[in-house]
This record gives sequence, structure tokens and C-alpha cells, in this order.
Amino acid sequence: MSDRQYAVVGTRPVRHDGADKVTGRALYGADFQAADLLHGCVLRSPHSHARILRIDTSKAMALPGVKAVVTAADFPQGPDRMVDLGDGDVPISYVRGNLLASGKVLYRGHAVAAVAAVSQHIAEEAAGLIEVEYQPLPCVLTAPEAMQEGAPLVHEDLKTKELGQPTDRAGNVAEHLRFAMGDIDAGFAAADVVVEREFRTATVHQGYIEPHAATALWNNDGRVLIWCSTQGAFIVRDVTACVLDIPVSRLKVTPMEIGGGFGGKITVYLEPVAALLSRKCGRPVKLVMTRKDVFEGTGPTPGSFIRVKIGARNDGRITAAQAYLAYEAGANPGSMVVPGAMCIFAAYDIANVAIDCYDVVVNKPSTQAYRAPGATNAAFAAETVVDEIAEKLALDPIEFRLRNAAKEGTRRADGPKYRRIGCVEVLETMKQHPHYNAPLEGPHRGRGVAVGFWFNIGFPSSCNISVNADGTVNLVEGSTDIGGSRTSIAMQAAEVLGIAAEDVNPSVGDTDSIGYTSMTGGSRTTFATGWAAWEAAQDVMRQMKERAAKLWGVDPAAITAETGLFRSGENKLTFRELAARLVETGGPIVGRGAVNPKGAGGSFAGSIVDVEVDPETGKVSILRFTSVQDAGKAIHPSYVEGQMQGGSVQGIGWALNEEYFMSSDGAMLNSSFLDYRMPTALDLPMIDTAIVEVPNPGHPFGVRGVGEANIVPPPAAIANAIYRAAGVRMRRLPMNPPAIMEAIWDQRD
Amino acid sequence: MAEVHIPAMLRELTGGRAMVEAAGSTVREVVEDLERQWPGIRERLVDGTRLRANLSVAVDGEVSPLGLAEAVEPLSEVHFVAAIKGGAPT
Repeated sequence: MSDRQYAVVGTRPVRHDGADKVTGRALYGADFQAADLLHGCVLRSPHSHARILRIDTSKAMALPGVKAVVTAADFPQGPDRMVDLGDGDVPISYVRGNLLASGKVLYRGHAVAAVAAVSQHIAEEAAGLIEVEYQPLPCVLTAPEAMQEGAPLVHEDLKTKELGQPTDRAGNVAEHLRFAMGDIDAGFAAADVVVEREFRTATVHQGYIEPHAATALWNNDGRVLIWCSTQGAFIVRDVTACVLDIPVSRLKVTPMEIGGGFGGKITVYLEPVAALLSRKCGRPVKLVMTRKDVFEGTGPTPGSFIRVKIGARNDGRITAAQAYLAYEAGANPGSMVVPGAMCIFAAYDIANVAIDCYDVVVNKPSTQAYRAPGATNAAFAAETVVDEIAEKLALDPIEFRLRNAAKEGTRRADGPKYRRIGCVEVLETMKQHPHYNAPLEGPHRGRGVAVGFWFNIGFPSSCNISVNADGTVNLVEGSTDIGGSRTSIAMQAAEVLGIAAEDVNPSVGDTDSIGYTSMTGGSRTTFATGWAAWEAAQDVMRQMKERAAKLWGVDPAAITAETGLFRSGENKLTFRELAARLVETGGPIVGRGAVNPKGAGGSFAGSIVDVEVDPETGKVSILRFTSVQDAGKAIHPSYVEGQMQGGSVQGIGWALNEEYFMSSDGAMLNSSFLDYRMPTALDLPMIDTAIVEVPNPGHPFGVRGVGEANIVPPPAAIANAIYRAAGVRMRRLPMNPPAIMEAIWDQRD
Repeated sequence: MAEVHIPAMLRELTGGRAMVEAAGSTVREVVEDLERQWPGIRERLVDGTRLRANLSVAVDGEVSPLGLAEAVEPLSEVHFVAAIKGGAPT
């Protein structure tokens, strides 16, 4: 456990962006204004699968006030080619085709055309005047259906890949991957208890409160300026440049404040379309999605079918584990089934493992990342089976997990051995937690636990720090601030500089103002951009020592600096005093940090939950919930706790209520927050947290990303609690009242 | 010699072996030595001058951002693993 004490790291300063956000002054995507601004509207498909026979935009263009209309025909034309935009090689036709449909619409809500007009109302009226002639086609909505022989083909030209290698198998399976370790048959033969179960999870949305919004100006000088709500300004730049076939240097993307993303705002939807409209009319164009657009036209997380088989000996050791995962990719390949497969048994040290996973296209929106993408579905299946085996072996569920817990040196099924990890420490903390040891009294109540894992990633980040004459610094970094990362990054710089967090003025730069920085996602920001800030601060300190040495006539190597005080013999200057003397010692000081780090260090999280199940209605009430997570080193504990609480609440919503309720012809029937039920503060108790700190040896302060692992265990923990409360094993998400009652009635029968 | 772990779906190229040995001071050199021993494997791992887009390489347990240029020690463990990108893997 981390016992290192720091001056700034580990404290809880007020967040730098707090005042603007609580007073409503922060500017989000839709708040952007410009002279001559036009408003846009996107026309979306009413069909889940149909051929586009004809698009006639003439009536829309003739409407007074309309300045431009675009369709897929406005993209640069030419032969299809493979592009790598950060998610592996994909045909550019898929990328452009998801922005504006070409040839076929692949899901209801698929964008078909867009209009720019002098008002939002005129734009909406004009969109309604666009005539699209469709030939409806049969649709397919789930992975098991799409994998059947003779299923409607989402892409007629799609061939299954195996580890990236094309095969000659046509169908809806975009990718099949297999991970194998040991001897799976021998492992099951050695087991005293074997449990095999099937699970299904529904499509759910990230549910960020701010809809997508983007404004683009194709300027007279040929530069394209974009202001948008995104998790990655450089990804917007690169994708937009690619689909418009222009150099990245002609684009400048300014990220506005962002009202949530959770992985769903990495993908680009509006920016190239707004740019095309602007190119046609020469004025800035703003596109803002409605909530219905967000649900139907952006990427939720995949629904899935999972089969898990686990065997264990009577002494509580797991001997073998096998999984089959088929995830719905939506309209285009890329369902996050691979990380799901890599995470499914990641909490355990198992010698014999076999995992097959399938990425399956269906007629739903193209799925995208959602907080530990793929891992929550997988953990729901695996952790429910683990719980059932513990029960059969009459072992405490945490004790059973501890006997099999992954630790340093454990090899995961996908290959590498773990370096230092905190799985055991998370489980020990759960076992000793007052919640786990408190009596749970009353009828129809039960307690459940589960654990989950997320890899975390590194990726490139950049940071600049300039020193002000008053001893403060301005810090510019490239990571959109979703969860308070501006402050956690500033705190790491402050720690190195020996100044207060409040003396760092952090801001998020546009793509012209800061070096390349990958998206805010993968729990990488406090880790990687924090590391860039650490490097930039080290650069500042090196230069500050040179200035002090110049003043005192000594070798810079003779200067020490601790907690903001530079010393050499009897000479001493505070950071503030030295900052006031930069002009006379050589001019401004600017430090820079640019990293592409290894060593992200995965994070484990656990959930303990008490529920009460109403046996008459099936309603599940969360009585108490505790989230435990390894943060490596919590830079700002309040933000770590906030991440744990947020991930837990999203996991609870996924477990109990959330789903894309689909008609048989592929229409989402609950595309508003009134009908798509997410938990609110009124539904839940305070989410308790316990931060575990097993420092990550791959980071200067020991940081592990904390944004994702916390969403992984809640659905399984709740399913296990429901079993103890109502006696039914739930194997389908969401576990809403009808599903609970069905399970209770099935058991009575 | 580095210990190279072969993904399950490429073991047909190594006679079913999950682990083989290969020499090289970088991942690129290791791949060349693998190709010498197991012809055809390079094409499945490398696309031109880079790793295939769906692959990453982990050396001694750490996924490398350098890919083929990553240094390999004589006793290193090398894994070719599915790439985790975007929000994932993000």
C-alpha cells in the first residue's frame, strides 16, 4: 500500500473549473456563437435496414432561409481504402457511411442528409422536405440471430477476419478471436464442480447529459475551424481531415467544455458534416443533436450473448474456465468484444483457459466505447458463475475469489503476465469492510459481491507550463476535462514545482496550441497527461535552477529545490521570488512535456451491495452499496471517489433498468430520458467508497487510471445479491421487475 | 533468446506451439527470426513497416507504444496481443 506522503498529491483542493461550472458560465458545445452562424439539422433514417434508391433535396434547397444541403455524395469520391483512425484498419467507406449513409441505411437513426439554414426551425422544416425513396430490407437485431445461416446481411461484402486475417466466410461475423492457455479438457477433468451458464445483456447507452454538438467554419483561407464537444480534439481533427481528404494542418479543433462522454464522445458524428455544409455556404454551421438523435444516431454499448463454464476443485481452486462471447457491433465492426474477452477471467489465476469471441454486425447504431468497454458484460457472466461455484463449495464468495486471485506474475489468457497489481488488496479490503461484516436483517434482502478489471492505457499526451512573474504558472494540456482531470494534472505539476495547486492555472488547449494528445478515455488522462505535466514541471525546475545558479554564480548542480525553495549554501529563493527575476536572468521559462508511456497499470474494483426484492412486484431496491478500487495513488481522492460513485451508479442502471427497448423492425421505442430509465439520486443510497492504493511502478506518482474498472462489477454483484434475496439466479440484463417476476414464477413452476 | 508467446490463432504456423524462442534486440528483429523459423508468420504480424493494426506487442508484460522498434533483452518475454485502442481499450 502507498504510504508516501506528498505536499499536494493526495490532498483535496477545490477544482479549478468549479466556479464556472456551478455558476453556469462554462461554455459547452452548443453554447458556441459566431457572426453569421447558421443552424443545422440532420435527416435520419426511419428504417433499420433499407436501400436508398433516390434522394431529392430540391424542395429543401428552395425553402427560403436554407443555405446548404449535403448528402454522402458531397464527400470526396474515389475507390475505397483502409484507414487507421485509432481503432485499427477500417474501410473509409464505413467511416464516411456512418456520418452520412451511402447506398443503404443500416439502422434507424442513421444520418442520411443535413441542412444548414438561418434558423433551427427552418433547418428542421427543410430536412422534412428532403425526399428519400427507400427499399426496406429485413433487419437483424441480435448477435445470435445475425450469426445464423441465412440471416439478413448487414454488409454484403463483409468477410470474417481471424486475428485480422481475412477468411472467405461471408456473413455478419466481422471478427473471431481465440485466446487459449493450458489444456482446457484436462482442466475440466480435474474439477469437482463444473458450472456452465448462458447470459444475455441488452444494448445500453452511456447516457451523457450533454448531447453531441459541433460548429464548423470552412474559412476563406481554406482552413477549417471546429468547436465541439469531444473526448479527443485531435481525433476529431484526424478523422475529419481523413474523410474530407484534406491535410490535418488545415484543421483547428477547439474542444469546448464537455458534459460527459464515458467513451461515447470519442467517435466523430457531426464535425465533418458541419464542415461540408460550411464549405457549401461559406458561413459557420452549428449542429446540435436532440436526445432522440443521441440514442438513435450515436454508439451505445453492445448487447451480448455470453456462455461461461468454470470448473473448480473442492479445495476452492479453479481448474479451468471457458467462455464464448458474441457481441453486437451494431452497423459496423468493432463491438469491444475483444477487451471483454481479455477481461472476462482477468481477476483470476487459472492455468487452463479457452475463450472464443465474435464481433457481430446487426441493424443497430454502431456501438462505441462505454467505460471499460466490453468488460461489464463479461463480468456479469463470469462473476455470477464464480458466485454459484462458491456456493456449491460452501465457501465465502470473497474467500473463494481470494484463493484464485490474480497477482504479480499471474498470466492472463491473452498473454502477458501481470506486473504489480492490486486484486488481492481489493478483495482483502472488501472482506474487512464494515459493510461486508454488518448484519443484513429482514425478509427478501440479500448481499452480493463481485470484482472487475480494466487494463487502462497510456497513449500520447502533451503539456506546456509557462512561469508567471508572480510565482504562479500557466499549464496547457491537451486532454478534455471530463471528470476533474485539469486539477489532477495541475496537482502533479504543483507537486514537482513545490507550489500550491491553486497556483497552477490549467487549461485545455486547441489542436494548434498543444502537442498531440490522445483522447480522454481508457482511464489514461491522470496517468499519461499527468505524466506529461510531471515532465514539463521537471523541465521548468531544471531551467529555474539554471536561473538561480546565474544569480548566485554557482553550478546549477549545486542548487537544491524542495517544496518550492531553491537553495545553495546560504543563498535561498522561493519559487515566487525566483519567478519575479526571470527577465533579468534570461527571459521567460516554458517547460514542455510530451510522452507516450508504457506501464499504465491495470485497476481492479469490487462492489458490495445489499438489495431488497419486492416479491410481489419484482422491484429491486439498493439498500447499501460500497465500491472498492485500486487507484495506485489517488492524486485527488475526492475525484477518485467521484469516479467510483459514478461508475457504480452507471453499473446499477445497467443492471436494473437500462436497455434499448426495440421493436421487431429495429425501432428504439424508449429514446428519451423519460422512458430510458437511468437511476437518479432519489433511487439510490449514498455510494460508499474505499480507495486501495497499490502504487503503479510505471508512473512517477504511482497512478493507476480510475475511470472505468468501477463500472465492471456492479451488475454481477447485484445479480448475486438478488439471488440471496429472492432465490433466483438472474442471467439477463436488465434485471427489471418483469424479468425478476418471470424468474420467480419460473422457479415456482 | 527471447521467449515469444504465439497467439492461439497463429499456432498453426508454429506447429501448434504456444511458445517459441527467437533472437533479436528489437521486436522487428525477433519477427525476422520468427519468419526464418516459421515461414509465413511475418505476414500475419507485420503490415509493411508496422505491426498489423489489430495487434500490439507486449515486452516483459508491458504493451509497447513503440511496436516493432521496442527493445528486446535476451531473456525478455514477448507477446503479440490484440490491440486495445480507442476508449478501450480503449
